[in-house]
Amino acid sequence: MKVPDVAIPDANQSQPRKTALRPLDIVSRGWSWLFLLLLIIFFSITGQGFLNIYNFQTIGADMALVLIMALGQTFVIISGGIDLSTGFVMGMASVTAALVMSHMGGSVPLFVVVLAGVAAALGIGLIPGLVNGVIIARLRVPPFIVTLGMYGIARGAGFILSGGQPVSIQTNGIGQIGNAYLLYLLPDGRFSFFHLPSNLQGIRPSQIVQLLPFPLILLVVVTLICAWLLWQTRFGRHTYAVGGSEEASRRAGIPVVRHTILIYVFSALMASLAGVLYTMRFSNGAADVGDPLLLTSIAAVIIGGASLLGGEGTILGTVIGALIIAIIQNGLIFLGINPFWQFIAVGAVIILAVLVDQAKKKLV
Amino acid sequence: MADVQPILQVKDLYKRFGGLIAVDHVSLEIHPGEVIGLLGDNGAGKSTLIKMISGAYKPDGGQILLDGEAVSFSTPLEARRRGIETIYQDLALCENLDASANIFLGRERMRHQLGIFRVLNRSYMLRESRQVLDQLDIRIPELRNPIRQLSGGQRQAVSIARAVYWKAHLMIMDEPTAALGVPEQLKVLELIRTLRNQGVPVLLISHNMQDVFAVADRVIVMRRGSKAGERRISETNENEVVGLMVGAEYTRVVKQLHDAPEEMHITTHDESEKEIG
Repeated sequence: MKVPDVAIPDANQSQPRKTALRPLDIVSRGWSWLFLLLLIIFFSITGQGFLNIYNFQTIGADMALVLIMALGQTFVIISGGIDLSTGFVMGMASVTAALVMSHMGGSVPLFVVVLAGVAAALGIGLIPGLVNGVIIARLRVPPFIVTLGMYGIARGAGFILSGGQPVSIQTNGIGQIGNAYLLYLLPDGRFSFFHLPSNLQGIRPSQIVQLLPFPLILLVVVTLICAWLLWQTRFGRHTYAVGGSEEASRRAGIPVVRHTILIYVFSALMASLAGVLYTMRFSNGAADVGDPLLLTSIAAVIIGGASLLGGEGTILGTVIGALIIAIIQNGLIFLGINPFWQFIAVGAVIILAVLVDQAKKKLV
Repeated sequence: MADVQPILQVKDLYKRFGGLIAVDHVSLEIHPGEVIGLLGDNGAGKSTLIKMISGAYKPDGGQILLDGEAVSFSTPLEARRRGIETIYQDLALCENLDASANIFLGRERMRHQLGIFRVLNRSYMLRESRQVLDQLDIRIPELRNPIRQLSGGQRQAVSIARAVYWKAHLMIMDEPTAALGVPEQLKVLELIRTLRNQGVPVLLISHNMQDVFAVADRVIVMRRGSKAGERRISETNENEVVGLMVGAEYTRVVKQLHDAPEEMHITTHDESEKEIG
């Protein structure tokens, strides 16, 4: 029985998108942008001093730690995994950086001290990253469990390294770099880079314009690099592929084991970078400085649109997620509201984000 | 057709899992531009045979010859490098990626950015994907949408397009029309015909007798691990093929039930006989 060779129109077309859906489509895609805008407007109206450049710089600097961790987490979540160990890896890294930097004598140039601290912190971050990656990729233990175990291991290791208390750095210069601004402007027209101009006679501190704090600069650079990695490189595409279907990726020849290990190493390195930044801002390092940031960083990724099942997510989304959280935290302070409300607010936004995401899927 | 060297020759292939002999000394040949239907009931050994040809299993005995040359694959990737493309039932596609990303999955084309960085060459991949899809007359209006937005038939088509793009020498398809609606099944059959016309042989596993009779040139039937029979489609019919699948014994019983039920006897365990009807 031969089948007639007739043109079959239906088999070739996917369901065309109904035009009535378009406005809803835009809202659902850009809802986090909209929400962010609404938050900014709301706090600008209700809070005195919210809407100005200094405040925004403060927001940017304050959210740097969370966002740097969240950027690494973004790759992990897109690939279908999760990394619960980043908080204590950050702490371990900050302790390591503080120890190294404080043990280097005053005769060593500041630049070298900073470099040594960064190298040590990133180096120590490699260990949990590799262990996580190898156990997940080779031994096939679920990421939640492995990184939960590493959460405990890094915590213990951090406290042991630091002797149970924060490690402070005596060298003055470190804090100066960590809190420096790119550009300082004086009312009489003088300006300088990276440090305050000399001879501040007759000038009140409030007259000095400070632009682009160091944490914000670092944040912008790191964010751009991550965005490039995820969008433009083969590594980024394979991250989406493995998250979409590990089996299909394997059959297509993607080196899934190696890729998975790299992802967890990357996440640990980002957490270590956050640890170093912390140390440079506050001139000390402690094992538990990253702990309160862990869930916030994961929340930022989820609010940003990533799915915990993997395969979805963007750097821009994570940035918006982190901004939403940071603005809520900052804005509530300006409103004089009990700061504990921020936890409730952030929690509510996470649930809202997932609900919108689910509704979006039903509309497509 | 018999004068042309076969693209694939399988000689006395044998595979056992513990005590179970999955494939029992099976031989077959596939020539360029042929579509072979591989039929058999569940557990007949079709999947195992296919997996040995595509490199997923190592044969315990026998030979596989590709273009006359003996080959041995340790992984499916090696088979793919030799031009054996397999379309699995689950398609092996990433739903969150678009059609061109899937076609180039694992084989992404790169370009240089600022002279030093290697980045994805999206425009090249989109262009090439559009070309191969057009060549196969597959209509996907927006190539940049994730393929989860496409119908089952279109996804199947992307899977086939991928194999064609990478110059499949032999195409193996495992139940390609299962879970597809009728219009889409017809489209897949059309694609199989296109492949045949381009000289690419297709080895098709299917439970769907109509599909097989619609596109295949020959049919090979397996039963309980061995080759029960081989026929040219033009020289056989569905009943004969079903007979080969289920076995002469069973066929005889069914036939007799149909023709002369009153002559059937049932034998019980205690050897007493009863007459039916």
